Amino acid sequence: MASIIFSINNLIHCPLVGRSWALLILLSTAFPAQAILTIEIIGSGENQIPIAVVPFAGDAVLAKDVSKVVATDLQRSGLFQLIDPAGKAPKEPKDIVYADWPGVDNLVIGSVQALSNGRVEVKVRLLDMNKKSELLAQAVSARKDQLRAISHRVADLIYEKLTGDAGVFGTRIAYINRQGKANRLVVADSDGFGEQAVLAINQPILSPAWSPDGSHLAYVTLETGHAVVYAQSLYTNQRIVLANFSGSNSAPAWSPDGKHLALVLTRDGSSQIYLVRSNGSELRRLTFGGSIDTEPNFSPDGQHLLFTSDRGGSAQVYRMSVNGGPAQRLTFEGGSNFSPRYSPDGKSFVFSHQSGGRFYVAVHDFESKQMQLLTEGGWEKKPSFSPNGKLVLYSSEAKLRGILATVSSDGRVKQRMFPQSGDIREPIWGPFLRK
Amino acid sequence: MKKIVTGVFLLNLLAACASDELPTEEATAAVAEDTAVMEVAPPQRATEIAPQIAPERAIESIIEPAAEPATAELFEPISPNAAMVDPLDDPNSMLAKRSVFHSFNSDAVQSESTAIVQAHAKYLADNPERKVRLEGNTDERGSSEYNLALGQRRANGIKKMLILGGADANQVEAVSFGEEKPKATAHNESAWSQNRRTDIVYRAK
Repeated sequence: MASIIFSINNLIHCPLVGRSWALLILLSTAFPAQAILTIEIIGSGENQIPIAVVPFAGDAVLAKDVSKVVATDLQRSGLFQLIDPAGKAPKEPKDIVYADWPGVDNLVIGSVQALSNGRVEVKVRLLDMNKKSELLAQAVSARKDQLRAISHRVADLIYEKLTGDAGVFGTRIAYINRQGKANRLVVADSDGFGEQAVLAINQPILSPAWSPDGSHLAYVTLETGHAVVYAQSLYTNQRIVLANFSGSNSAPAWSPDGKHLALVLTRDGSSQIYLVRSNGSELRRLTFGGSIDTEPNFSPDGQHLLFTSDRGGSAQVYRMSVNGGPAQRLTFEGGSNFSPRYSPDGKSFVFSHQSGGRFYVAVHDFESKQMQLLTEGGWEKKPSFSPNGKLVLYSSEAKLRGILATVSSDGRVKQRMFPQSGDIREPIWGPFLRK
Repeated sequence: MKKIVTGVFLLNLLAACASDELPTEEATAAVAEDTAVMEVAPPQRATEIAPQIAPERAIESIIEPAAEPATAELFEPISPNAAMVDPLDDPNSMLAKRSVFHSFNSDAVQSESTAIVQAHAKYLADNPERKVRLEGNTDERGSSEYNLALGQRRANGIKKMLILGGADANQVEAVSFGEEKPKATAHNESAWSQNRRTDIVYRAK
């Protein structure tokens, strides 16, 4: 049997993975935070893979949590049909009676063990029930308080093996949680759990933007009485002022190499797009007009910027070179179109489409020049792609609350995540922390 | 005084633009008319203001000049004792009104708000030690970034009207809260119309 058990130490030697653990640990000491209360999943993928996740063996308390997170992750991707193990609990491949699992293509078994050094180790095996072979055997370990992160990693391993795409369960999202005057800038797991507030103030926070390595968030606050752009390290919580000119400083977006940000200033009149180095130096103006130009977003190759402008009379999406110059209008349908963000492969962008008083999440394909609506419309704003391009995260509204929502990039599977309190605004999906 | 009167006249022209329509591409293209109107102003003010006035407002102001000559009473004392008290503290004064309302996706000032801006312009001209902050706000339609930009455009527009009415640029700061600090939170026109607003906030003496 080709059973390969990796130690987590092998994983941790990869510097980015090491940093992501460090980050999570730091955040857990920052501010207490409330959790997402409930998750609803609507719809399903076209060809779901029937899979059964056997409750993990070992430490019963820990195992229950791990099994649940792994199963929920797989389910909310919409790509899997979860089949109830109905009490069957093989612990090792040799325990499996294949005839007991009709209609199950893949089986997940595993165990969870608390180690003597305060760490937890999860061993997972993925089996192909038709070929009766083992597809995956791996161990993942981390500090005990990182149990959710380990579980997401296990789900990513399964997802990657079965779909061939990189998994995003272990990535993180950022958003604003607003309750009255209280604003918290929150970083959470992609399922909305594991919330940690990185900034809590009694003034509006808006426009969070991840640095491409996931180490920093740029954002805007009104805490000094006008809009100022900051960049904050998620490792040290130290922050710098990126732009604090008269009027409004807003809409930061990182270049793919992390060396520059595009942002919007009104210091020379109307809202115009500028480039600045990530330390706040070497400001350079890119647009020169009297209209509103805002919401810049870099193409994955760093050569173009999408942005919103009202130069044509209503807010629409435009594209220009990262060096400025002429811009091309890309959206024409409905009343207005704004908040553009590129897909990770650069072949499309997702945006807010406003029509007839409703806001939709829409995607524009560069090759076909066609717009596709991904949602039924409502109060839906600020879409952003998951780093594997398979899901779109956006803010929505339900039960008079601002909530998180995701939709698969084919529009088939939707998920709604309700906060325990307050409104969720301005969500943005973070990058992969490993390559 | 002549300068102030001219300024107030221009202010009326500029403010008579309570448009309910979105700016059109035709209006945006019509830069020539804009320049023509601005030549009425004293030369030094014209150069200061001309590039920043939205063209569609200038056009509308030609077609539809302000009906209400709100200037006369501004030059009269509010009461025999007015010279003794700060008119800012008089609840019956036009100066007691500190909010100016806007049309959808526009920095145009609704006509009833014009006199309010004129009164504050006059007060600032008469009291050069006073400073105000203009806080532009928007309704919640659009993105937070776009609305921050729109709120700034609104505050900037009021700032120009105040300067045109005699205030000094150094007395006026324009900022935007965008959609972030709504007065009313419902998703309807009644709430939105209250939130499309520029507040005039006097700095403490």
